[in-house]
Amino acid sequence: MRMPDTSELLLQVEGVSLAFGGVKALRDVSFDIRKGEIRAIIGPNGAGKTSMLNVINGFYHPNHGAITFKGRTRAQMQPYEASRGGIARTFQNVALFKGMSALDNIMAGRTLKMRRGLLWQMLRYGPALAEEIEHRHRVEEIIDFLEIEAIRKVPVARLPYGLQKRVELGRALAMEPDLLLLDEPMAGMNLEEKEDMSRFIIDVNNHYGTTIALIEHDMAVVMDLSHRVAVLDHGVKIADGTPDEVKENQGVIDAYLGVAH
Amino acid sequence: MIGLGQFLEVLIGGLMSGVLYSLVALGFVLIFKASGVFNFAQGAMVLLAGLALVRSLDLLVAWGFPLWVAIIFGISFAAVIMVITAWLIERLVIGPLVNQDGLTLFMSTIGVTFILEGAAQMIFGSDAYPLRLFPTDVWLLFEDLFPGGILVNKLDVWGGFIAGILVAGLAIFFERTKTGRALRAVADDHLAAQSVGIPISWIWFVVWLAAGLVALVAATVWGTKLGVQFSITFLALKALPVLIIGGLTSVPGAIVGGLIVGAGEKIAEVFLGSYIGGGIEYWFAYVLALAVLLVRPQGLFGERIIERI
Amino acid sequence: MLYREAGQFKTTYAEDMAIFPIRQDRMAIAILLGIAFIGVPLLADFDIWPFGSDYLLRAILLPFLILALAAIGVNILVGYCGQISLGSGAFMAIGAYSAYKLGTGVHIPLAWLGFAISIPPLPVLLAILLGGLTAASAGILFGVPSLRIKGLYLAVATLAAQFFFDWVFLRVSWFTNYAPSGSVNAPTLDFFGLNVGTPIERYLLCLIFVTVFAVLAKNLVRGNLGRQWMAIRDMDIAAELIGIRPLYAKLTAFAVSSFIIGVAGALWAFVYLGSWEPLAFSIDRSLQLLFMVIIGGLGSIMGAFVGAAFILILPILLNRIPSELGVPLSTETITHLEFIIFGSLICYLLIKEPHGFARLISLGKEKLRLWPFPY
Repeated sequence: MRMPDTSELLLQVEGVSLAFGGVKALRDVSFDIRKGEIRAIIGPNGAGKTSMLNVINGFYHPNHGAITFKGRTRAQMQPYEASRGGIARTFQNVALFKGMSALDNIMAGRTLKMRRGLLWQMLRYGPALAEEIEHRHRVEEIIDFLEIEAIRKVPVARLPYGLQKRVELGRALAMEPDLLLLDEPMAGMNLEEKEDMSRFIIDVNNHYGTTIALIEHDMAVVMDLSHRVAVLDHGVKIADGTPDEVKENQGVIDAYLGVAH
Repeated sequence: MIGLGQFLEVLIGGLMSGVLYSLVALGFVLIFKASGVFNFAQGAMVLLAGLALVRSLDLLVAWGFPLWVAIIFGISFAAVIMVITAWLIERLVIGPLVNQDGLTLFMSTIGVTFILEGAAQMIFGSDAYPLRLFPTDVWLLFEDLFPGGILVNKLDVWGGFIAGILVAGLAIFFERTKTGRALRAVADDHLAAQSVGIPISWIWFVVWLAAGLVALVAATVWGTKLGVQFSITFLALKALPVLIIGGLTSVPGAIVGGLIVGAGEKIAEVFLGSYIGGGIEYWFAYVLALAVLLVRPQGLFGERIIERI
Repeated sequence: MLYREAGQFKTTYAEDMAIFPIRQDRMAIAILLGIAFIGVPLLADFDIWPFGSDYLLRAILLPFLILALAAIGVNILVGYCGQISLGSGAFMAIGAYSAYKLGTGVHIPLAWLGFAISIPPLPVLLAILLGGLTAASAGILFGVPSLRIKGLYLAVATLAAQFFFDWVFLRVSWFTNYAPSGSVNAPTLDFFGLNVGTPIERYLLCLIFVTVFAVLAKNLVRGNLGRQWMAIRDMDIAAELIGIRPLYAKLTAFAVSSFIIGVAGALWAFVYLGSWEPLAFSIDRSLQLLFMVIIGGLGSIMGAFVGAAFILILPILLNRIPSELGVPLSTETITHLEFIIFGSLICYLLIKEPHGFARLISLGKEKLRLWPFPY
């Protein structure tokens, strides 16, 4: 397995706490993501994993703590800043644009890269058309990469779950992100689909050098794919390290198997 | 210079017409709470109930029945009409749309509005029909305190009284009865409710029926005040801003929102109308709702929703 | 000729992204445009029934074109961007009255500053387009709440626009040039020295407007901006997280939509009505436009045409058919029947086919492509 070539930090989360009314989703969590690595966040249900991703891309604003992304520290991210800064995301329950085709979904991921204004688009001539075609080329590369050529014009609502997940990954890739957040990319998939998805994740990491943070429940997948694993339980980070270190950690075993407190 | 007496008179008049808005708004809240449907058709239901009542009443009186018999049968007839309406709406429209988003459901209730308005007028006629169920004469209060005293319409007092009973009844229904509990469960998550064995289509029928009966009550008061006629549906539209101001899910919110709108628009009309040209009443409620939305989107009594992804 | 796309290979993305990628569709649309631009005027010129009578042009085709244009505007906001609007009538009114003011000359006395702003009467075309721009600015203004409030709440915000502007044009007599009856007359329709007067001229004028705007709108909805609108409609949170700014997407939808609706409003007043009162743009108009969009198809430019045609033709059929059959209905019954049919159709379509008749047509085309095989 390829190790990340650098230990430079891409993202650092320090002492983040997040509460909804009385419910504490995250308590003083700190961890970092290095450039080029595949970083896993695991934990039992309700451990705060998705909340963590939501904090990273600005959908939730933490009550305390700081987030350092690409060397800039701030108390909270804004969704638009995060996406412009190169953070892309897939969702636990597929969040595709249901009324649009697979192609349009992925094209929508190019929004930030497209520059032509309303008037040019209205005429759809000259520079506007050229831009549209240029981005179509990039999107077709992604479609090839994900092997979804046959379904590009199908409205995504009609696609089976596994393919929807793939289109969603495509949409995130279309943003050419520096950091890709994957929220349970393999939930509800069969073995074969999981293998496909794992291959895509490794390829993305290898070929494009994209840093990836993923949440996953399948331990075999997590241990095989990731360079480092952080474990959350009840909003607290209870372990952090290489897959092997985490596997041996008594706290992690207790959290998963449950112990009498 | 406008005296305190006149101000109070305007205020009381406004509050009382606010009660009318509240009556319609209650029907909206009921349906929204239980099914998440923003029911544009509530005004049409008031029209339907009112027409069914007033026409059967007139007919029975014309046949020579004593008034009290006619009233009882008229109200029963209108109630039966509302039962049938609720059943048909659940069967044919809301049931089949069960998993659709709020916008689709909302537009379907606009469709229902048109069906009800068309059918009600086709069957029962489309003139203005006077209804006399409550006294409409006035009391003169505080004659010794203010020059000229304060005029209060008895009908308004009746309206307030009825609204109070209705709210109390609904509160008991929601909090104490088994159906009420099931209803709140359906409102929270209809799939989960279904999986624990709550018969969802029955619940929705009950809700639409309750809204229909509330519409009937509203029709008795409104009809007495304005006559039963098509324009009632436009006035009933004002229940929408009332809801926004009070908060979509709150029964007390519907009452308070109604009072605020009623009093606000009357006061604005009397005290501002002369400066910017009359007829402010026409839009005041909506613009007030817009202002509330910008400051407090969930309304005065609504619950804030945490978005998840 | 069979409806087949076999043998039509696309070798560039530009070809694949054309409005009508299938040759037969291109031919159909060319024929349709040919009939509309050349056929109808010729038939009218030769006095061939029913084109010879003014009735068809004046009472059917003219309102059809203008309302279809307005429905395109409504569809951009409601069908593409998912922002419900019950105030389209108000934006038509804004277009109409601002075009009227600009076409007859604006005079704003600023007595306290000691001078007045005066704009001489503008040419009609300019007045109509500026009327659209005014409606667009109002649209942006009333679109701002949509950033904080969603769905049903927005419906009430747009109702506020509807009732407020109803009132403004009824009560503020500056807008009606102090006409005592509140009813105003359109300025003469001069376009670059050509006077547009006869029904056929009016028809062609509206046809040009509609064709141009339909193409521009189609370009927008299949481009980047259109994708942003649909993304906001389908899942606004995800859209925001991939870098779509809700502010920009929603306000452009409001602006473009209100612009088109405003132009349609100006045409409705100037070209179709000639003289009008605020009542012409009441909430009934708003609901009618919404119905056209639902019936024709949410999120479809063609649907706007289908919906407008349906809504205009149904009352005529209801009027004609029973009386042909010897059971004439009273006007009231027809109105009520219309209500019931429209309402039922809305419910039926929302349940069975949320994308309206336009979707049924494209399903039909798909079937035709495979014919005689079922799949």
